[in-house]
Amino acid sequence: MTLDLPLIWAGLIAFAVLAYVILDGFDLGVGILFPLVRGERHRDEMMNSVAPVWDGNETWLVLGGGGLFAVFPLAFAIIMPALYAPIMAMLLGLVFRGVAFEFRWKTRRGQFLWDWAFAGGSILAGFAQGVALGALVQGIPVEGRAYAGGWWDWLTPFSLLTGVALTVGYGLLGATWLILKTEGHVQRRAYDIAFIAAPATILLIGLVSLWTPFLNTVYATRWFGWPHVLLAIPVPLAVLGVSYVLLRGLTERRELSPFLASLALFVLCFIGLGVSFFPHIVPNSVTIWAAAAPDNSLTFLLVGAAVLIPLILAYTAYAYWVFRGKVNSVGGYH
Amino acid sequence: MESFDALTLARIQFAFTVSFHIIFPAFTIGLASYLAVLNALWLRTVQGAYLDLFNYWKKIFAVAFGMGVVSGIVMSYQIGTNWSVWSDKVGPVLGPLMGYEVLSAFFLEAGFLGVMLFGRERVGPKLHFLATLMVALGTFMSAFWILSVNSWMQTPAGYAINEAGQFIATDWWAVIFNPSFPYRLVHMLLAAYLTTALVVGAVGALHLLRNRANPAARIMFSMAMWMAAVVAPLQIAAGDFHGLNTLEHQPAKVAAMEGHFDTHAGAPLILFGIPNAAEGRIDYQVSIPYLGSLILTHQWDGVVRGLNEWPADQRPPVGIVFWSFRIMVGIGFAMLGLGAWGLWLRYRRRLYDAPWLHRAAIAMGPSGFVAVLAGWITTEVGRQPWTVYGLLTTAQSASRIDAAAVGASLLAFIIVYFILFGAGTFYILRLMNAAPHSHESGLAPGQPIRAAGIMPAPAMAAKDALPTAEKEPVS
Repeated sequence: MTLDLPLIWAGLIAFAVLAYVILDGFDLGVGILFPLVRGERHRDEMMNSVAPVWDGNETWLVLGGGGLFAVFPLAFAIIMPALYAPIMAMLLGLVFRGVAFEFRWKTRRGQFLWDWAFAGGSILAGFAQGVALGALVQGIPVEGRAYAGGWWDWLTPFSLLTGVALTVGYGLLGATWLILKTEGHVQRRAYDIAFIAAPATILLIGLVSLWTPFLNTVYATRWFGWPHVLLAIPVPLAVLGVSYVLLRGLTERRELSPFLASLALFVLCFIGLGVSFFPHIVPNSVTIWAAAAPDNSLTFLLVGAAVLIPLILAYTAYAYWVFRGKVNSVGGYH
Repeated sequence: MESFDALTLARIQFAFTVSFHIIFPAFTIGLASYLAVLNALWLRTVQGAYLDLFNYWKKIFAVAFGMGVVSGIVMSYQIGTNWSVWSDKVGPVLGPLMGYEVLSAFFLEAGFLGVMLFGRERVGPKLHFLATLMVALGTFMSAFWILSVNSWMQTPAGYAINEAGQFIATDWWAVIFNPSFPYRLVHMLLAAYLTTALVVGAVGALHLLRNRANPAARIMFSMAMWMAAVVAPLQIAAGDFHGLNTLEHQPAKVAAMEGHFDTHAGAPLILFGIPNAAEGRIDYQVSIPYLGSLILTHQWDGVVRGLNEWPADQRPPVGIVFWSFRIMVGIGFAMLGLGAWGLWLRYRRRLYDAPWLHRAAIAMGPSGFVAVLAGWITTEVGRQPWTVYGLLTTAQSASRIDAAAVGASLLAFIIVYFILFGAGTFYILRLMNAAPHSHESGLAPGQPIRAAGIMPAPAMAAKDALPTAEKEPVS
């Protein structure tokens, strides 16, 4: 029996990216919402709700990027230069918000500066990730083994829309996370924000989804062609169902279901992207198998991944379990 | 300007971000081991001063580690944005090595860091010590894999080239343990230990100057001086072995380091001079006859190859390599001198009562960082014009990106790094400026529980926080 190693690795990297998007998504979202909640004590509470987990969340980004380099070096070599500006903006944003976690507690006078660094960095990183996604979806010109476009190609109305969509979506994740993790003033604010962010996210998902098939005919075939449509049609239906759960959870003032429904929205969008992309890794030009490193490289790293990724998942789950419950402004959980 | 093309800007950008990055690992690799030693000493002796020192350096470690992580994330994406052709070609060989770095080391460090930072009361001293050891092991594993990657590019082995022009592995063992790797690993680990020892020594000296009875300051100064006395000579020896290995595999680099343009038997050792690459000579040179050959070939009339043996486009820039090498070696001998001075005063029982030694130790505090940077500049500039030595040039490695894009991002990195890492360095210096005192707390007041990782660690931290939370008035 031979294993289809490139396919296994594509699944692992897709998993790492999804894990990154939903995990770092809510803590970026908390940063995005920082300007909407006034009062240092309330902001302490917001930051404390993600403080124990944020950099574990961000580690998945390194795993996704590092994995892409290791396993699909050709895709890495084409995509990174194509998304040059958004990637650089994302890195700078992540650096700003990352150090803000440390530095905000080291000064009283300068605290407002690190508040801005945290919010600004989170917004920049979220928006840049959305733009990068849009730029990838709209297609990248490839010549030989390299990116063949210009360095402004990423900037289109479509990529700006995906940038806004992801920022709003992260805001929704952040708001529903805060509903789950906080009480009192912050939780009330989070409900208010979620009431706006939820319909906005659903609307933006709809816009992006309707626009995508018109970007090129390959996407249209994958979504509407026979028999693909049988596989594709459950995705938008599920989005509708989850949207209902989300809005209902919010109106009934539930604490857990809005967060889970928001996560489900992200998972469904990710599956939708998978439908559009597969079997390409660089949309419409390079397939998973063409981009893969030789099998001996894939096997060599798979041995380690097979041991370590389950371990990582286990202690990630354990950490979240221990940090269950509400947070308060002095960092305690009760 | 002709010289500021995209390639030059990309090289400057990489040099800038990697130089900023290496400062933090060079410090945290050594500090992680130092924390493990302090923890072990505390467990053995139950002297409060060791625990105070552990908590004191732990706070500094947390800030430095955080900055190392964020500046490292930048590196892992920059290889793709600016060096995409390199990524495509070396990915199959080096990608898995870097993958292992991320998987094993990053998660090991980050995983146990939380326990180390927050978890002593929860998990008990033994398990907490284990976590401290694991963090130290994690920093070592990081260094292991990254230095293996770097060494492979300097001395490639165990590879073949496929029809797409990519390097592929034929023998993983040979790839990982390539010819220069053991030397580079030892040299860098010793450098990290020395760098940390000098920082610890400087902080100890500062607080001894203020109060020579401070027990924690006495302990750290004494330990640092032992390290300098023992490790500095070891490092000079390791550097010599590394140099001989370089002579075997990258003779052009050694020629640039030594400032030899012409090949000759019985070459002198050039101590100082001004390299004049255009004329192919060292102006105003001060040299010791035959010593160059003696050091490099261990024979007084051994033949040492000069740069003129290589075509002009395959020679590294002499000026930079010549000077950075001398800065590194000079600092190495200054460290040796400091260690010897410390030994002498210890023998005279005046180690804690020697203001001039203490002032010298403070002055030498940052010297490890300078030496590490100078050493890396020597080896990285010295391997030019190659990224994969003899096989792939730096010019071939770069992405086809507009100079404007590379320049703009370079400018952004420079501004952001100076603001952020400037603030971080300021906070670290402020922590160092505060004297270590008894019952040193582990956390800055008001700082939230956060794990700088995830894992069982924060878990423990959360439980730690419980009693505190209960004491708070219910709001």
